[in-house]
Amino acid sequence: MYVAVKGGERAILNSYALLDQARRGDPAVPELSLEQIRHQLRLSVDRVMCEGSIYDPELAALAIKQAAGDMVEAIFLLRAYRATLPRLGYSLPLETADMKLWRRVSATFKDLPGGQVLGPTYDYTQRLLDFSLAAAGEVAASPEAEVAADPGPVPRVVDLLNHEGLIETHEPSPGDPDPRDLTREPISFPADRATWMQNLARGDEGFLLAMGYSTQRGYANSHPFAGEIRYGTAELVLEPEELGFAISIGDIEVTECQMVNQFGGSKSQPPQFTRGYGLAFGASERKAMAMSLVDRALRADELGEAVNAPAQMQEFVLSHTDNLEASGFVQHLKLPHYVDFQSELELVRRMRAPKAAAPGVRGRNGEAA
Amino acid sequence: MNVSDLPAPVERDANFNFAYLDERTKRMIRRAILKAVSIPGYQVPFGSREMPLPYGWGTGGIQVTASIIGPSDVLKVIDQGADDTVNAVNIRRFFQRTTAVEVTTRTTDATIIQTRHRIPETPLAAGQVLVYQVPLPEPLQKLEPREVETRSMHGLAEYGLMHVKLYEDIARFGHIATTYDYPVMVDGRYLMAPSPIPKFDNPKMHMCPALQLFGAGREKRIYAVPPWTKVESLAFDDHPFEVQRWSQPCAMCGDTGSFLDEVITDDAGGRMFVCSDTDHCLARRTADE
Repeated sequence: MYVAVKGGERAILNSYALLDQARRGDPAVPELSLEQIRHQLRLSVDRVMCEGSIYDPELAALAIKQAAGDMVEAIFLLRAYRATLPRLGYSLPLETADMKLWRRVSATFKDLPGGQVLGPTYDYTQRLLDFSLAAAGEVAASPEAEVAADPGPVPRVVDLLNHEGLIETHEPSPGDPDPRDLTREPISFPADRATWMQNLARGDEGFLLAMGYSTQRGYANSHPFAGEIRYGTAELVLEPEELGFAISIGDIEVTECQMVNQFGGSKSQPPQFTRGYGLAFGASERKAMAMSLVDRALRADELGEAVNAPAQMQEFVLSHTDNLEASGFVQHLKLPHYVDFQSELELVRRMRAPKAAAPGVRGRNGEAA
Repeated sequence: MNVSDLPAPVERDANFNFAYLDERTKRMIRRAILKAVSIPGYQVPFGSREMPLPYGWGTGGIQVTASIIGPSDVLKVIDQGADDTVNAVNIRRFFQRTTAVEVTTRTTDATIIQTRHRIPETPLAAGQVLVYQVPLPEPLQKLEPREVETRSMHGLAEYGLMHVKLYEDIARFGHIATTYDYPVMVDGRYLMAPSPIPKFDNPKMHMCPALQLFGAGREKRIYAVPPWTKVESLAFDDHPFEVQRWSQPCAMCGDTGSFLDEVITDDAGGRMFVCSDTDHCLARRTADE
């Protein structure tokens, strides 16, 4: 005799215990500390903060530990936590021209004010497995700084181009309206650039990477040049209403990418370079670069370009960037669908056997259908 | 199954606000609900929050329930008609943990019923609220994925696209080939996705005395069917709407009028049919005893 599926609750409780064990692994191996994750898996921490939309390395490290290193799960944990936090205020715009730089490269000029600074990058490491890390590795000594310790603010490449009027500028809209807060109000289409920037900033790195990549392979080519990539710390400034003056509440690490793109000009505008912009928490260069490509592609409409590639289609791109939404909905397919499937079974049987009786099912009037 | 079969009650977690969401968020959602009730069948955008359950697993229904539930409510949670499927258990535990309200499996005892994919067989009563979890709130999305377009179709009540789709079904198969999430017209004005309930359940929505609320968390939409509202399933004069029926009764309670799940009993083609609504089935069996 069939017994209705029961014991769901006990199964869930048991799965918690199994998950705990699986996360911890062999108890003979020392447990990871949050400090270790934060300092030795810093790029994971940066990605989780970025897509988790909250700048908190400590909590990001906790999320990574709890998620056993699954980035999307860690991002989920952080976002769910974030959703309950009150909104205390909004910062003033980040002044990235004043960033304290650890890295700054331009692909458009051989040398420029502030110079090229490679900083800590995997770019030229030759990607050979370093077996010395398998044993406890010694850290190389810090190189002698070749430039003055603090060169002061380093001008942005786009600002240098702007002196000649060769690159578009973005004046704030009349009245400088506050941007919509995507975490409080749902997106509606067509979305303005401030809104889609928020969407891309918390968007999945892999999705943006593939979308950006597609623009380089003929699906919305925009002739990009990496005008500048900078990574360092920027000061976060808040102006509480009750104070009436701005206060610095700390520094955050960010990566900024200014992509410089060709634009043929139009009847009303002389030829000029256009821009795509990317900004991400921490050292997230791949994300910031991909974001700037997608940002530029999404501006097709505004710049009078034909919209025919996926990366240019606002609803397509912006509706599918969020990995929480994507992961949840893809994986909801493992939830029970007995009822829907039963309905489909009945239909397919009916379609296949219009004359013969399908097992267990008959038409509305009782005849075999 | 009844509540006494459930494991020990889940303890209220004092680290979280009542029903998890902060009060300002609840107010925002209640405003969206009020608007939805005022315009039956219209999809109201709302600032959906990330919930501690995955998108696509009922976050819309959970947010709706969280914003209307009070300490005196009695909650029932079902998935596929059953109180004991893992997702239903998980959502019920979530509300026990964050509200400590009384929970039940009896349809008649509940003040709020959160559901995925079914409407209970027991007719609902005035004063009850049925909260649906909705994966895809836009009934036209499979025909036109761009929301800018579908929004204007709703604005103009221009639903020809859906009628053409249903007509094409008839032309190809001889009948409409939609079996769940079967589109309905609400109060003669808005085309609405009833969520993936089997079309068997569609007639229960019509002139229902209970309030029906629909939450789509991932898609950030809320909509509603107020009590005593006309809900018509789309059809043609010569192809009237019809629901699934089974040639055999429930193998456990003998009901001939409820939605049956097919259960495979062996690997030689053996199968049996049992009520998908576990509370309905149990109530019938215990009444017989």
